Amino acid sequence: MSDPLFEFLLRQGDNTLILGHRISEWCGIAPAVEEDIALANTALDLIGQTQMWLGLAAEVEGAGRSADDLAFHRDVWDFRNLLLVEQPNGDFGHTIMRQFLFDAFQVPHLTALHNASDDRIAGIAAKSLKEAQYHLERSRETVIALGDGTEESNRRMQAALDRLWPYAGEMFLRDGVDDAMHESGIAADPASLRATWDDTVQTTLGEAMLTIPDSDFAQQGGKSGKRHSEHLGHLLATMQFLPRSYPDARW
Amino acid sequence: MTRPDIDQVWKWLDAVPDPEIPVISVVDLGIVRAVDWDGDVLNVTVTPTYSGCPATRIIAMDIETALRDHGVSDVRITTKITPPWTTDWLSDKGRARLEDYGIAPPQPAGGPTRCPHCKSQAVERVSQFGSTPCKAQWRCTDCLEPFDYFKCI
Repeated sequence: MSDPLFEFLLRQGDNTLILGHRISEWCGIAPAVEEDIALANTALDLIGQTQMWLGLAAEVEGAGRSADDLAFHRDVWDFRNLLLVEQPNGDFGHTIMRQFLFDAFQVPHLTALHNASDDRIAGIAAKSLKEAQYHLERSRETVIALGDGTEESNRRMQAALDRLWPYAGEMFLRDGVDDAMHESGIAADPASLRATWDDTVQTTLGEAMLTIPDSDFAQQGGKSGKRHSEHLGHLLATMQFLPRSYPDARW
Repeated sequence: MTRPDIDQVWKWLDAVPDPEIPVISVVDLGIVRAVDWDGDVLNVTVTPTYSGCPATRIIAMDIETALRDHGVSDVRITTKITPPWTTDWLSDKGRARLEDYGIAPPQPAGGPTRCPHCKSQAVERVSQFGSTPCKAQWRCTDCLEPFDYFKCI
């Protein structure tokens, strides 16, 4: 395993990069102009956070790579994002459900990180937390509005929840990188964030008239990089095309 | 060259408009956190609003250009993210100008207190997001005009 701090920073930056890219795919085609703008703005926040996380990862690595190098010149097996965030957008309901499940994790995660023993990490977490709280407010309200909406919107939100639920558990799995981060006073044990997440998710999904699947089976392999889903390669092919085809391209 | 006084520099910076909301200056916005001389280099510390805000880079360029125009050739812009930017740093002058311009200033309650056009308190949210990362869309149910609200963070 490479330096756990570098691995940890990649996980942070890859989550925000891949989710940010995913939701930017809605730009121009969202169901309503307000939603289009909201998704694009959320994507922008996430890409901005990525610049900070991957910028620090590159600095920590000290191999002369930049945040852009990390984003555009790594292949699937080098990515450390959760499987959840690379899942395809599906319909609007899937996109919002994925966002909600992630936001509900990201808020307590960043809250804990904001006390990190490393000032650089604490700073990025504090900055990102404000944005994540705003995202959660919106994704939560939208999940409720759609879940407790029409028969069709409820059916679609339930389908989204059933489809995405097996990808939620990976957020709380703990491995050697998490242990190292926990021991050095940087991050909380991910398993300890579960209670807060469960609380947010149960309350929200209850209000949304949705039923939480009773299986706790968790797909894994994203944050360790061992087994990404087939969707990540397709996403990278689109996202990395330009800088890979025209390596010296400048705006 | 003689080094201009720091107070003078702040005045110059207060004349640099925000590129997306030109009625307020970058100083009104609260993103210029410090100005100091490091030898002959003028160091300007800037705290970005939203992490992905595309205006951040333009703002740094505008600050540099404005200072050059005033004869300061060695400018260093330092980005500082801690403590994170908050709308509490908006100046009172900036808040008043926002409202005159048709943008409701941020409120701790999380929504505008009144319509910036007709001042009615009958307002409702259209969308939590707006035309720039720092704004949300609201509407007045009296005069029926939509308006931007500067999000409180």
